[in-house]
Amino acid sequence: MMKNPYLPLPMKLVKNFTETEDKLIHTFTLQFLSEEDEKSFPYMPGQFAEVCVFGKGEAPFGIASSPNEPGFLKFSVAKVGVVSTALHMMEEGSTVGVRGPLGNYYPVEELKGKNLVIIGGGFAFTTLRSLATYMMDPVRRGDYGNLTVIYGARNPGLLLYKEELAAWEQNPDINLITTIDRAVDGWNGRVGFIPAVTEEVAPSSENSYAIICGPPVMIKFTMPVLEKLGFPPERIIMSLENRMKCGIGMCGRCNVGGKYVCKDGPVFTRAQLNELPNEY
Amino acid sequence: MIVSKKDLPNFLDKLISEYQVFAPVRKDTFTVFKQICSGKDAVLAAGNTKLPVKELFFPQSEKLYSYSVTEAGAKLEATLDDQQKIVFGVRPCDAKSLVLLDHVFNNDKYQDPYYLTRRENTILVGIGCNSPASTCFCTSVNGGPFDTNGLDILLVDTGDAYVVEVVSDKGKALAEKAGFAAASDADQAAAAKAKEDAVVTCQVNLDGLKAKLDVNFYDPIWDKIHEKCLGCGACTYLCPTCHCFDIVDDAVDCNGCRVRNWDSCAFPLFTLHGSGHNPRTSNKERYRNRIMHKFKYFVDNNNEIACVGCGRCIKNCPVNMDIRVVLEDVRGSEARLDS
Ligand SMILES: Cc1cc2nc3c(=O)[nH]c(=O)nc-3n(C[C@H](O)[C@H](O)[C@H](O)COP(=O)(O)OP(=O)(O)OC[C@H]3O[C@@H](n4cnc5c(N)ncnc54)[C@H](O)[C@@H]3O)c2cc1C
Ligand code: SF4
Ligand code: SF4
Ligand code: FES
Repeated sequence: MMKNPYLPLPMKLVKNFTETEDKLIHTFTLQFLSEEDEKSFPYMPGQFAEVCVFGKGEAPFGIASSPNEPGFLKFSVAKVGVVSTALHMMEEGSTVGVRGPLGNYYPVEELKGKNLVIIGGGFAFTTLRSLATYMMDPVRRGDYGNLTVIYGARNPGLLLYKEELAAWEQNPDINLITTIDRAVDGWNGRVGFIPAVTEEVAPSSENSYAIICGPPVMIKFTMPVLEKLGFPPERIIMSLENRMKCGIGMCGRCNVGGKYVCKDGPVFTRAQLNELPNEY
Repeated sequence: MIVSKKDLPNFLDKLISEYQVFAPVRKDTFTVFKQICSGKDAVLAAGNTKLPVKELFFPQSEKLYSYSVTEAGAKLEATLDDQQKIVFGVRPCDAKSLVLLDHVFNNDKYQDPYYLTRRENTILVGIGCNSPASTCFCTSVNGGPFDTNGLDILLVDTGDAYVVEVVSDKGKALAEKAGFAAASDADQAAAAKAKEDAVVTCQVNLDGLKAKLDVNFYDPIWDKIHEKCLGCGACTYLCPTCHCFDIVDDAVDCNGCRVRNWDSCAFPLFTLHGSGHNPRTSNKERYRNRIMHKFKYFVDNNNEIACVGCGRCIKNCPVNMDIRVVLEDVRGSEARLDS
């Protein structure tokens, strides 16, 4: 019998947490119903899943938890439309469906022995959190060089994973730089847009990779900075979010040129994207 | 082997007792594939069907699974259609379209069990085209009116009878079971003559088209080519190789099902993000995608052109977009690499 890639795994919503002050982002903790189910879902940082609210539909979300956090999956979801709104309103204890893991992942093998600069803007910090958490696992931390994280949001209330960020601040294994767009009382981090802050921090491109996720404008203006710092296109990694349905390269909607973001991505290097049309 | 036209309904009736048999049947002024209960309903002489054969493997609307949800979990039920089927009277272009769709539904990473189960359990009996239509251009896209690619059996119309050509093992078993009479030398000669006389008059020159598409994504030609197109999607629904679909829920309370429906890259909502951003903003980008997908992306990924030259999109477009002219225009345009 071939595996049916359309069937979701039922999971239990154990936590529906309001992540941001504007209440538009919730983080969902989903628990596997059995060990067998969990075994059937081996994932890596950067992959995504189709989360389904039965009766409403499915939508693709990056997996925010990391493989070294067993037993559950986490997704941070912005309220934008039918499925995301239904998720936001779901009660803890409800059953949701998860189809995946889908897509490729960050090149964790290629990154071994390298320094890494993670740059995230807004709520596009989900799979970046997964990656940082994965690399900071004590059994693995030694495999990687310096880990710098530059993370920004419009204001402090919009940063995701605040408790975790606070813990990272104290952790010598990671160099965390947070920034907000405009100064507010009680903020100790930096103030300024990501491109400018990246330029100030000026992470070395020597033996380094940059991974960048965020709104299109942020990416557009950070690219030249990374180029100036000496990151070649092969060592700048991005993750695309084209509209999706099937997640398995069949329904035809997520293509960028001949590549399907769902099946061949979502993770691409800048060099790969330079070869493709700008349809994302 | 040979079967006379007189005996054909009988032969089909025998098959009907054992298989679900689908064949072109009349509907208004055209024909469509339908399951038949009587051999005499099959209409083989009316040219190709209005709707392509893909709908028998990838229905316009299809339930993927049903579910009932409780706090303890969800019960999902998927049923695969594994009925033994014979599709009778498939034209060579449509048979080839299935070979192309196989690449999609059985790709490098995933298998679609709905489509593939139907494919596995279906025998395709084709019929060659003695008089190709003026809109047919199969020979320009590596096909032909008596091509056997994708078929199990090919029938060649010789006037009073069909000469039976066995193509695959599945076809061989069926032909043996049917106990067709042997074809005489004269029958064979008549079949050869029918093939020779069938001329696809329309030739589309595709020399250099792929090389052009490789570099002309940003060419101004795309600003003009789409202008007439209304974005109605008729061409994509009727195209035997178009495979885009949508997945939606149909539910009351906790019980429902997930359904997939044909969709089209001609529609603006097809690629619209939740944020409002749309990577293919206008008809220009959408029409370009249709051409690029068929004549470049699919070639890059599967080494085949995703157009079988059936001409349906030409015959049915409300504003007479003619893909042959479009391809000619693209091929003749100046290529520019930069944006
Ligand atoms: C690989 C990937 C990872 C993503 N990760 C996250 C994440 O971690 N957090 C988050 O909040 N959002 C993420 N998104 C965007 C998220 O998928 C959309 O916001 C979501 O699909 C909107 O669904 P909806 O039903 O609420 O909205 P509607 O606008 O009602 O959308 C209806 C349907 O359209 C499709 N759709 C609409 N917009 C998008 C879009 N931008 N991308 C893909 N499909 C879309 C979905 O299939 C959805 O079911 C990701 C998208 C992709 C492709
Ligand atoms: S049928 Fe004609 S008008 Fe409609 S989408 Fe196709 S090319 Fe455009
Ligand atoms: S693009 Fe037109 S001619 Fe080609 S296979 Fe599709 S419908 Fe037929
Ligand atoms: S989401 Fe269906 S092809 Fe990518």
